[in-house]
Amino acid sequence: MEKFIVHTGSGVPLRRSNVDTDQIIPAEYLKRVSRHGFEDGLFKGWRADPEFVLNQPRFEGASILVAGPDFGTGSSREHAVWALQDYGFKVVLSSRFADIFRGNSGKAGLLTAVVDQEIIERLWQALEADPTTAITVDLDRQVIEFDDVTGPFDVDSYVRWRLMEGLDDIGITLRYADDISAFEAQRPSFLPTTR
Amino acid sequence: MGRTLAEKVWDAHVVRRAEGEPDLLYIDMHLTHEVTSPQAFDALRAAGREVRRRDLTLATEDHNVPTLDIDKPIADPVSRAQIEALRVNAEDFSIPIFPLGSIEQGIVHVVGPQLGLTQPGMTIVCGDSHTSTHGAFGALAFGIGTSEVEHVLATQTLPLKPFKTMAVTVEGELPADVTAKDIILAVIAKIGTNGGQGHVIEYRGGAIRALSMEGRMTLCNMSIEAGARAGMIAPDETTFAYVEGRPHAPSGEDWDRAVEYWRSLVTDDDATFDTEVVIDASTLAPFVTWGTNPGQGLPLSASVPSPEDARDNNERVAIERALEYMDLTPGMPLKEIPVDVVFVGSCTNGRLEDLRAAASILKGRKVADGVEMLVVPGSARVRLEAQAEGLDAVFTEAGAQWREAGCSMCLGMNADKLSAGQRSASTSNRNFEGRQGPGGRTHLVSPQVAAATAVLGHLASPADLT
Repeated sequence: MEKFIVHTGSGVPLRRSNVDTDQIIPAEYLKRVSRHGFEDGLFKGWRADPEFVLNQPRFEGASILVAGPDFGTGSSREHAVWALQDYGFKVVLSSRFADIFRGNSGKAGLLTAVVDQEIIERLWQALEADPTTAITVDLDRQVIEFDDVTGPFDVDSYVRWRLMEGLDDIGITLRYADDISAFEAQRPSFLPTTR
Repeated sequence: MGRTLAEKVWDAHVVRRAEGEPDLLYIDMHLTHEVTSPQAFDALRAAGREVRRRDLTLATEDHNVPTLDIDKPIADPVSRAQIEALRVNAEDFSIPIFPLGSIEQGIVHVVGPQLGLTQPGMTIVCGDSHTSTHGAFGALAFGIGTSEVEHVLATQTLPLKPFKTMAVTVEGELPADVTAKDIILAVIAKIGTNGGQGHVIEYRGGAIRALSMEGRMTLCNMSIEAGARAGMIAPDETTFAYVEGRPHAPSGEDWDRAVEYWRSLVTDDDATFDTEVVIDASTLAPFVTWGTNPGQGLPLSASVPSPEDARDNNERVAIERALEYMDLTPGMPLKEIPVDVVFVGSCTNGRLEDLRAAASILKGRKVADGVEMLVVPGSARVRLEAQAEGLDAVFTEAGAQWREAGCSMCLGMNADKLSAGQRSASTSNRNFEGRQGPGGRTHLVSPQVAAATAVLGHLASPADLT
């Protein structure tokens, strides 16, 4: 996984709250066995509307999704994260993320930065006035910056460390293989197996 | 200080703990299905890794499978490819699998408990958010994404930060026509779809104790819709009686030792929860969702809400959007909403008691003209058991379709879908826009309400039938 320290890019204002993962990627895309190519399914239902923000040419090339509160609710499909990444997003900003989605994003290296709704509103206005507004997301200092605004964001400290180091969770865990074996040795015999 | 049930189960599974880092938690059972596993297995192969505990892993086929003509090759090539990938992966990595056609096949969260693989005090995970179902047994059970599926396959552990704890206590006498489904829909309406975020919910109180294991599974199943990561109910005699004698349940001395341990899995009297919610059971009623998230629900006796009722601007916009998508007018009595399709099934309400409940209402009655009804048992075993009781004949005589086991119409991924504009009464767990098919409109209900709705052609409870 690539290290994530600072990212600067343009943004898309998604003025919706409670965006569930069925909207981010519909179930039909979950039938795929590959790990890539999910960009076609991103917000598929909403993109049927020509006016939908992702269909507007002025927001093309954006790498930061600026969303309303409660982003990523519902199904645990990690495909939602892949769709966002395959489309080109590196960061999602929201005042609140659903737990499973936030966890999945951390695993895959998509930064979910928790930003006050007040800053989200100002950023929406800035982007709608000027779609080329540059947004800097600094994971090291935990701030976002655009125009003359600087605002802090929250991110889990362990996820922050892992993203900044570009480390894979499984590799980290396998360092503790002995601890896992020791734990297994003391598990009670009445626990079930699938044999 | 005392510990809650969730904390006790968590602590018993910590492999490693270090300051500033997540706990490394051991996973007692990893259930897999065809949708969220292919990329995980491929990544294992690419890294040259094995599955650490094949004997703690199980695979079944549920989301993509057809519920008709299951002896024929799967028609949809993409679904077929995904099912075949699971079979190849199970073979390559030596994982037990219950493929379509096997007597043990079914929806993953129906299969685990019926085999006795789900037991109190276990940590159970699956690449599916409704893994919370297994919490009904006092297990810590939660959904994970595909990267975590890979992690569990490779290490049988997960790095996790402890969840917060929430007590939802339902005390008092439940009215006779109120089911577990109605309870959980009311809970979600009360605390909201983000109310449980970051928490594991423990359901407590006399009304919860009175539920059967299947009722408890329905309740815990939808904990995720309240934003919670998991839902749990402390094990008791009802739990032990359910588990005893099942194929993978302990027996002999192991059984005695297991039950002795399970009896300790209760929240201590002096434990504290991060959040507490109390509900008076006597105030509950048959419930239905009217909108496009599981929290947009009301008693069946109520009317479609108005955006004017909203408490803030966000809610007002949400109500407006939902009314437009669902094509509903404020003030319209919910019982006047006509439906095109009734679906009884899913990991929420696809078990034998659910089928019995629906059958008891359909017996001697007919599905209304213009309504299509699908009854989908949660597993091949449930299907056989239902047939042994003659439930299938009740359904077909009423004009409903009796299908094979699978996730079916819960999510528009297999052939069972709503077409655009169709409205359903569904015993499943999500009513998001397009959930059951693009443009499909979903009303979540209990099996009893689903059956009464099928007979009358509009949302109704059994009390509305003569």
